[in-house]
Amino acid sequence: MAGKLVKFLSDLQEPEALDYVDKALAKGDDAMKILGETQEAMAIVGKRFASGEYFIPDLIFSGELLKQIVQKLEPHLKKAGDVKKRGKVIVGTVAGDIHDIGKDLVVFMLDVNGFEVFDLGIDVPVQKFVDKVKETNSTVVALSGFLTLAFDTMKETVDALKKEGLRDKLKIMIGGGQIDDKVRTYTGADAFGKDAMEAVKLANSWIGGK
Amino acid sequence: MEKNWTEMNADEKQEVQFQKLLNPKDPEGNPLKFQSAEAQSNYKGSINRIKDAIQLKKIPDRVPVAIFPSMFPYINAGMTVEEAMYDYDKCTSAFNKFIEGIKPDMNIAASAPGPGKFYETIDYKLYKWPGHGVAPEHSYQAVEGEYMKAEEYDLLLMDPSFYFRNFYLPRVMGALQGFTMLPPFTGILEMYGLAFNFIPYALPPVQETYKRLFEAGAEALKWAMAMGASDMYLKSQGFPNILGGFTKAPFDVIGDTLRGTRGIMMDMYRQPDKLLKALDALVPIMIAMGVGASQQTGNPLIFIPLHKAADGFLSNEQFKKFYWPTFKQVLLGLIEGGCIPFPALEGSWTSRLEIIQDIPKGKTLWMVDQSDIAKAKKTLGKNACLAGNVPSSLLKLGTVQEVKDYCKKLIDTVGKGGGYIMSNGAFFDEAKPENVKAMVDFTKEYGVYK
Repeated sequence: MAGKLVKFLSDLQEPEALDYVDKALAKGDDAMKILGETQEAMAIVGKRFASGEYFIPDLIFSGELLKQIVQKLEPHLKKAGDVKKRGKVIVGTVAGDIHDIGKDLVVFMLDVNGFEVFDLGIDVPVQKFVDKVKETNSTVVALSGFLTLAFDTMKETVDALKKEGLRDKLKIMIGGGQIDDKVRTYTGADAFGKDAMEAVKLANSWIGGK
Repeated sequence: MEKNWTEMNADEKQEVQFQKLLNPKDPEGNPLKFQSAEAQSNYKGSINRIKDAIQLKKIPDRVPVAIFPSMFPYINAGMTVEEAMYDYDKCTSAFNKFIEGIKPDMNIAASAPGPGKFYETIDYKLYKWPGHGVAPEHSYQAVEGEYMKAEEYDLLLMDPSFYFRNFYLPRVMGALQGFTMLPPFTGILEMYGLAFNFIPYALPPVQETYKRLFEAGAEALKWAMAMGASDMYLKSQGFPNILGGFTKAPFDVIGDTLRGTRGIMMDMYRQPDKLLKALDALVPIMIAMGVGASQQTGNPLIFIPLHKAADGFLSNEQFKKFYWPTFKQVLLGLIEGGCIPFPALEGSWTSRLEIIQDIPKGKTLWMVDQSDIAKAKKTLGKNACLAGNVPSSLLKLGTVQEVKDYCKKLIDTVGKGGGYIMSNGAFFDEAKPENVKAMVDFTKEYGVYK
């Protein structure tokens, strides 16, 4: 009955989706195959969000469903991590700012669109971004910030990446409450986005592979 | 004979409130002495200008102008946010200087930083503030969480005050742990059994909580005295404080500080009926909060920061089901009580404008941040006064000329025919002072209606 879970999950039917997974595992279905179906479903969720059919509550709820399903699958998965990812993106809310709602949505949308996301969290020191770029060789960095103070710490983060000689091979996007093109110019970032979908579009255009 | 307050209709109540604003009193209850005849005429001129802009009955003499800062007046005065929160004199003198320097038509008082020592005394956990989780030079920031658990709706519905005192408040204020041991007040009925209700007050944790409450209260009063003095001073200099209090949309009460963004969105799926009941239950409470504050301060404008229904946060269907009905009831209840609701559309609310325009005409003021302002004028602006839309990025990064150009465009379009107050769109911490000044000066010069 392939496709049923895809439908339950992408239509956000919680009891049906969880019940399906329980029964499938009980009769010995391959957990990897079920995981594949959840990925297919999450791609549909992402598309619906992009097209304006789904909104933030739907996105957050789908994430909650996915988390529960993965928890059920985990004991049955031999080895995770061989899912091929499209490219690496480093995401974080810049130093001094502890807002995370927008940042978390960007992480979520990049993830369901197949990117390997390194979420550095909130109030991220400049050096942590630099270290992570060096460690992962990621080519895309996404900086989030809600307050006006974030304009300066975003700029400091971009400057630090420049000083380390990393800037040329990097594309940097910024986003958050008061961010616009004026702030982009000030910080020296390559682009800004108004929502999580624009973050995906930017990552797509920079990393490609689709 | 004068009509009794309860017999008045909303228009009459609003007029009484405006008359109170126009004739301010000193702390002894006598008519406030203005510093000069000019100060008095500026004060009344500003209030009448704002009144005309809000009521949409006649065009004011010019576009009123207001600046709604967050930490800007203090940072701009060269102090850290920490200093502004802990040194009340420094805080108020910076704010007084800020207002006297730019001379806006309305201000929101020096209360934004709040009393740092008070937050320490109550061991506040809902926010991080300078020295307590954020750097001295940065503003306080909320820590979202599920402070109300998913299974607690029935408790909240049964007795909201009991729920707040015994469950919610002790979670967000460490000093209130003793409250978890108190019985509900509604069990105190008659002589038999009466004393049982008071036994918990003998317990050391409860006594400790009350001790901390007394300390916190004393600190809050000390701070309020400093705020009151600044407010009186600015009024006497001709600068009205137009903010009478605040309340919230029921959806934001639950989505901001009780269940949090994630929590309330889960509830929309898993227990929508309970969520809707809780939203209904909050309506009279939020109305009473606003009406009570405006009665106490003699000031009709009730600020309502709006958060969790900005574009993208909800679909319009979800908005119409979960957010708008109870928010609209709060607006109508406030208006009925003689208040002027002052909601702030934080972020962009362009997709909601057609829905929220359905309100009584000339009774509200809306702070617009990044919503499509031209569309706002054509929809919401038909029934309500709009303020705002000058971006934070422009104030911090733009030139004086760019600020003037932006304000000119706003005056020409949104200001057309009245019903607009020039102001920034979002509360800001940082800006070029010359840009803030240019906003006010340019509006006074160019915004005159001919």
